[in-house]
Amino acid sequence: MTTTEDKRQERLDRGIKVRTEGLYALTSWREMGYLLAPRAFLIFGLLLLPLLVDSYWQRVLCIAGVYALLALSFDFLAEYVGLVCLGGAFFVGCGGYTAGLLNHYLGWSPFFTIPIATVIGAVISTLILLPCLRLRGVYFAIVSFMFPLLIVNIIIALNIFGGTEGISALATLPNIWFDQYLIFAAVIIALFVMRRLVNEDIGLIFRSIKDNDQAVRASGISITLYKTKAVFIASLMGCFGGAYLSHQYGWLGISLFAMDFSILPIAATVMGGAGTLVGPVLGAFMLTPLSEALRGFGQLRVVLYCLILMGFIVYKPEGIMNYLQRKYHQFEHWKEV
Amino acid sequence: MVDILFYGTVNSVTFALIAVGFTLVYGVSRLPNFAHGAIYVLVGFMTWSFVNDLNLNYLLAILISLCISSLLGAAIYRLVLIRLRGLPTSEIIASFAFGLIILEGLRLQGIGGFKGFIGPFYVLPSFIDAKIRVAGMLIDAQRLIIIGGGLAVVITLWLFTHYTKIGLSLRAIAQDEQAAMMLGVDSDRVAMISLSIGSALAGLAAVIILPLGNVTAEAGYRVLIYALAVCIIGGLGSWGGAILASFVLGFAMIVSTSLFGAVWESVVLVGTIILILIFKPSGLLGKQKELEERV
Repeated sequence: MTTTEDKRQERLDRGIKVRTEGLYALTSWREMGYLLAPRAFLIFGLLLLPLLVDSYWQRVLCIAGVYALLALSFDFLAEYVGLVCLGGAFFVGCGGYTAGLLNHYLGWSPFFTIPIATVIGAVISTLILLPCLRLRGVYFAIVSFMFPLLIVNIIIALNIFGGTEGISALATLPNIWFDQYLIFAAVIIALFVMRRLVNEDIGLIFRSIKDNDQAVRASGISITLYKTKAVFIASLMGCFGGAYLSHQYGWLGISLFAMDFSILPIAATVMGGAGTLVGPVLGAFMLTPLSEALRGFGQLRVVLYCLILMGFIVYKPEGIMNYLQRKYHQFEHWKEV
Repeated sequence: MVDILFYGTVNSVTFALIAVGFTLVYGVSRLPNFAHGAIYVLVGFMTWSFVNDLNLNYLLAILISLCISSLLGAAIYRLVLIRLRGLPTSEIIASFAFGLIILEGLRLQGIGGFKGFIGPFYVLPSFIDAKIRVAGMLIDAQRLIIIGGGLAVVITLWLFTHYTKIGLSLRAIAQDEQAAMMLGVDSDRVAMISLSIGSALAGLAAVIILPLGNVTAEAGYRVLIYALAVCIIGGLGSWGGAILASFVLGFAMIVSTSLFGAVWESVVLVGTIILILIFKPSGLLGKQKELEERV
């Protein structure tokens, strides 16, 4: 009987792969189907999901969609640009407050406030983060972690925007089905746009900023400019989520800056598989219902998803999606040494 | 004027006490211990429980909880961070998750009859309950103890890192990890020791500072933010910088509070950080010359 020491695992890519990631040579419909199946499964799965559950869980799925967008933006910033942003709540808050205030003071309908707040909120949060963009790694993580907490303090201190009470009776979206499909469409579009984006030229620059920003500067490219662009793109997703949330609840308040919006997306990213973009989305759709089911236990859910987070980061750092992708795209077999 | 000077000093020493543990760990082993605030709060609650539930002597309770906190620090390294060294993102996320487990775990209710530490009922007794009249104003003894304790901690740490073998090995790893390893200093052991000392320092800060107010789990986030703010302003990993920065922050806060009111405290905090980052990105006494070289 041979033990594992006598063997090694050999991995071979499937024949359709051509040298680099994301480039395939297809010779038959079967191979085409092989590539399309997981994508179609994801899209139709998301589109069918709301039909299968009752209206309470539909609300939960809406929130899960917001978390999925946040996880996507965290994954993009951390894995493709090298900016670990622990303050996802900051984007949600900026978007949510912008949309809510436009609706409350100017009386605009959600169909205008959500897109406008997405852009304006992203501009605001990018401008606020601008002085910190010269920082990297630990430093950026620390500063971005402080922003949502401090903005909350400022709102309470100045008693602006409704202070601790928040502003209620905002216009809500027409019905739950619209809610549901709006956020799912946003998630799907964001996901595929991001997947395309990171393989374009600009994505190459982003990744090289992560790997070696001095080399990027030496090539005559301004890293601050590209980091600003990256933060803007990431905050677009977060701000859309925030604007959507404040209209979905019909209420805005300092809980839009709550720690949940920063932590759960990170847990989802680590669990789903960092760097895959689709993993974080799946992670969010797994973790949010789980945490909702545990709502009765109060703080236990935070403890629980922190435990999941730590378990994955220590014992399975590649996450679910990296594992699945490897299994799907490669043949593995044991070989005698 | 005198009271600004006095309260400014107390505030600054408070900042220094809070930050010294964090900056020690980061300076020695480049590990950002985001569980710092959680350990601070945990020690406060543990001491309270030992005194009120087990009726232990106050000093004994403090000693036991400090021991537990340093063991906890070692455990964080041995169980979690040792697998993640060199991956800054994972280090931050894992230690922050650990801290959150402690902080939110303290607020858990109804599991095994545990009531959860919620509300303003948890007050640690002060060491000496007295007020002293100095230069025409009343001063609590506890505030003087904070100043004395801060001084003692800094002096002890200085002596420890300059005259004991373990302390010297901590500094050696901080200066040049590879050279230190060649001379037989075990990097993992030193990192574990630094984390356990850092956690004990967080606990010490807690028992010195907390008698001034009540113990709440929410304070953990604030303490972490203060520690991070001091370290960023002083330059991460620089001990002198941390002390200088805590005086800058401490006085900036007291002066702004007396001029504009307490609500501006946090605005001053962010403002100072942003100003420092713009003009001197590596912090007041940061060793790195250029920001680009930073982690």
